[in-house]
Amino acid sequence: MRSLSIADLWLILGAIRWTVALALTALVIGSVIALGIAVARTSRHAWLRVVARIYVELVQGTPLLGVLFLLYFGVPMLMGIQIDAFTAATIAFSLSAGAFLGEIWRGSVESVSKGQWEAAACVGLRRWHVMRHVVWPQAARVALAPTVSYLVQLIKNTSLAALVGLVELTRSGQIVAGSTLAHLPVFCGVALCYFAICYPLARLALSLEGRMHVARAH
Amino acid sequence: MAYQFQFEALAPYTGQLIEGMAHTLAYAASSIVLGMAIGVVGALVLIYGSKPLRGATRVYVEFFRNTPALVQLFLIYFGLPNLGLRLDAPVAGVISLALYCGAYMVEVFRSGLLSVPNGLSEAGAALGLRRRQVLVHVLFVPALRNVFPSLASQMVLTLIGTSLISQIGVEDIFHAGSFIDSRTFRSFEVYLVICAMYFVAVQALRIVLGFVQRRLFPKEF
Repeated sequence: MRSLSIADLWLILGAIRWTVALALTALVIGSVIALGIAVARTSRHAWLRVVARIYVELVQGTPLLGVLFLLYFGVPMLMGIQIDAFTAATIAFSLSAGAFLGEIWRGSVESVSKGQWEAAACVGLRRWHVMRHVVWPQAARVALAPTVSYLVQLIKNTSLAALVGLVELTRSGQIVAGSTLAHLPVFCGVALCYFAICYPLARLALSLEGRMHVARAH
Repeated sequence: MAYQFQFEALAPYTGQLIEGMAHTLAYAASSIVLGMAIGVVGALVLIYGSKPLRGATRVYVEFFRNTPALVQLFLIYFGLPNLGLRLDAPVAGVISLALYCGAYMVEVFRSGLLSVPNGLSEAGAALGLRRRQVLVHVLFVPALRNVFPSLASQMVLTLIGTSLISQIGVEDIFHAGSFIDSRTFRSFEVYLVICAMYFVAVQALRIVLGFVQRRLFPKEF
């Protein structure tokens, strides 16, 4: 056992970059999946809607930890290839972000009033053009606040990567706490690091939401 | 290289899996009930409480919503003993989950209570009901109806969130899973079965909540 030192602080602060890297990678890949889910769930083809629905139900009905362990511990047994912690965590978080963001974006598309669709169809736009020029731009405005809000969940979720040994923020806290036994100050510090990232985002989501309501009132 | 699934390797451990899941469900139920109690009290404080109480509740809500549940769990189980407060793992797990769930529940109940038009409570007061009676009989029921969907999804998230408590050694389904994994080396099958069990539990909870919603608020549906 040793006492807390400045090196511990640097280890923890340095580990933030892995938390951010995980969240951003999952956000990018998750957004691609989510776009597919949102399009499929608002599609005219019933089978596309069903497939997307099943995906969302499966992801939202199972713990992220289970999916992460399945990828990290299970897939190497299944395929005989080792998956490193970052890859396993990125895949798990992306799959999850795809389902949750997909549902948020689907809701945004559906919130665009029927009148807009009909008006666009009346002036002779094809379905793709209706989507591209009329529905999606309006849906994007609605989606912005809840998407930022989901980002907070995504960043908090990256803490699970600690459980497969990736030294991100939470794992760095475990390491420092383990060698100094100063669990309370260390995990308070770790929690404050997350708070410093998440709270501004939560406030941003709130103010975006407020601005949306003002915009809609006019 | 076709992989041979060997779910029968898990067969001798069926009892442990079921027992683990039963524990998980019990922890989830305790956390949800406690979390809802925190939510109701917190919402009432935010609406009717004094300024310092409101401030304290805000700090609680913002802290627990903007930090990971896993870190909160470590803080409560590993951190509190530094202050001389040592909790058993299951107690620490339930408290931690309840505090996390409660922070969201505060917001759910608050928005529910605020969604009830003022006219209703004024009408209640005009009929001669006491403030407490207005709250319980006039405000609470429509508030609950308005936020039932958010309440239900928060319960589902808490059930799924129980997966974390194995990390402080609580004997839940994941604890059973890692034990079986270490005996059989059938990681893929083990975690697939656990995910499936959670999936079934989540669907069952959704069905029960849908039934409760139709029973409590029949007109709407």
